[in-house]
Amino acid sequence: MEVLKEGKGELLGWHDPDEAREWVLENKSRELKDKTMSAKEAVSKFVHDGDFIASGGFGHIRVSMAIIYEIVKQQKCNLAMAGKTAVHDIDILVGSGCVNKVEAAYCFGHELRGLSPASRRLVQGGQCKVVAETSNAGYQWRWLAGMMGIPFIPSRNLLGTDTGNYSSCKVVNDPFSGKPINLIPAAYPDVAFIHVHRCDIYGNSQIDGILVEDFELSRCARRLIITTEEIVDSEIIRREPWKTSIPFLVVDAVVEVPYGSHPCEMPGMYYYDESHIAEWLNLSRTSEGIDEYLNKYVFSVDNFEDYLELCGGVKKLNYLKRREFLREPMTAPWRKQS
Amino acid sequence: MTAETRYNLREFLAFTGASVLEDEKSVFVGTGLPIIASMLAQKTHAPNLFIVFEAGGLGPLLPELPISVGESRTFHQAIAASTMHDVMSLAQGGYVDFGFLGGAQMDIYGNINTTVIGDHDSPKTRLPGSGGANDVGSFSQRLIIIIANQSKRTFVNKVDFLTTPGYLDGPGARERVGLPKGTGPYRVITQLAVYGFDNETKRLKLISLSPGVSIDEVKENSSFEIIIPDKVETTPEPTDEHLRILHEEIDTAGIVLGK
Repeated sequence: MEVLKEGKGELLGWHDPDEAREWVLENKSRELKDKTMSAKEAVSKFVHDGDFIASGGFGHIRVSMAIIYEIVKQQKCNLAMAGKTAVHDIDILVGSGCVNKVEAAYCFGHELRGLSPASRRLVQGGQCKVVAETSNAGYQWRWLAGMMGIPFIPSRNLLGTDTGNYSSCKVVNDPFSGKPINLIPAAYPDVAFIHVHRCDIYGNSQIDGILVEDFELSRCARRLIITTEEIVDSEIIRREPWKTSIPFLVVDAVVEVPYGSHPCEMPGMYYYDESHIAEWLNLSRTSEGIDEYLNKYVFSVDNFEDYLELCGGVKKLNYLKRREFLREPMTAPWRKQS
Repeated sequence: MTAETRYNLREFLAFTGASVLEDEKSVFVGTGLPIIASMLAQKTHAPNLFIVFEAGGLGPLLPELPISVGESRTFHQAIAASTMHDVMSLAQGGYVDFGFLGGAQMDIYGNINTTVIGDHDSPKTRLPGSGGANDVGSFSQRLIIIIANQSKRTFVNKVDFLTTPGYLDGPGARERVGLPKGTGPYRVITQLAVYGFDNETKRLKLISLSPGVSIDEVKENSSFEIIIPDKVETTPEPTDEHLRILHEEIDTAGIVLGK
């Protein structure tokens, strides 16, 4: 098949489909075993310097913050990250120096809250490289091809644009219609972390609300760390199996972290902690400010419970619950600063 | 617009954006003003407007302005809480009538940049990137673009980075590169005017001027030549009821619209 056009972006996380299968056969156990462990253990076991990592959820929604903070704490470095509408997670990881390579669909911004002072400064200063561009569907379909065990997936986006020119895609003539078609390469992140509403000790997981990209991401990632609001009995999973979006055999670690998405939202449970996000947006304007934030919220706390206490404890968490259910008015504390 | 007007610029843009949307159509919306405009349309002339969010929210009844296009508000009392693969596939398959985006720079063919100002590899200003914009611009039947600050710096001869496809380099270009047939930019809304695209040349063409704005102002605030038809109308203004809905039912904290 003649290649009409080739994007110049770096091809992150691609493997030959046979090699990908072999890796799964050798490394992913089908044994129904207890995978519960601490965030510390999960990160030291499954996140390695230089890995290509991906975070589940979307933007400030359903993010595995306990793992993000633990990566910072363990000072992992030279990580490449999927900017698949990655917002707070990637901002913290670029700001802390753990991530220095990004394939960008949407990052360096906090949606309505404005642009990210930290990661934007580091990209503009050259400390963090954007090695490829893509779109949200572009990333979504990299996971889909990976999950399906095929080398690429054809699509009709990214064509004719610089987003395509700077991507890792190729354009060919479709042998069926004869029209040009974009080929999105599969991606297999070395490790992904996804925060869920509930799962059992084996990793069978339920997510309430939109799944975003996590159905596909959970299945293409080589290693998968699940953080969960609660661990439930397997009977609960088996009672309503249609609610399971992630089966145990793709899961490598289960970490129970109530409120583990804070300061991000957990749909149906708690809303964003806007004052905490505003504090980060304000402090991350300078590298000294980033150090101050990380010292306060990451390096000087022993566990996620102590971190939540520092963020306002039960009183704050109850407020975030009421806010999620529209029983408190909207606030935008970051608005004055932008 | 003068200081005495009843409404501010952002309220005017939200109202104008809403006016373009039609009832019983589907719209794929981006963050900020596009959401507000779609909510206003749904609460006024287009109650059966089907709002689609890229992260998986299908047909929500939005209770307040979402900060993010993936938060729980985007599937509040929705028809489905689905996945990005589902939404993007529906769009690619032809189920999305309107796309609705903002942009930092735009050229004469409606190509948009939201990726970078300056050189890609050593950027002057790094912007968030495509997000879902390239997908919305590729798949939606009719793309609406809001650029709040039309000037020579935003209406440019060449975008620094072509993030999202307009008509690329002219008639037939979208189809030639393989984009879905018949798709492309439909309206551009700025503080000065509402534009469409000339059928033959696919170049930006003036439709109506904002109240009090002259054709000269439109020309002065563009690096490229805009097609000016013989007949130019004045863009309608929001009523007090529209303004009430915008502030009391949508952006209650004044995040986008101001207090």
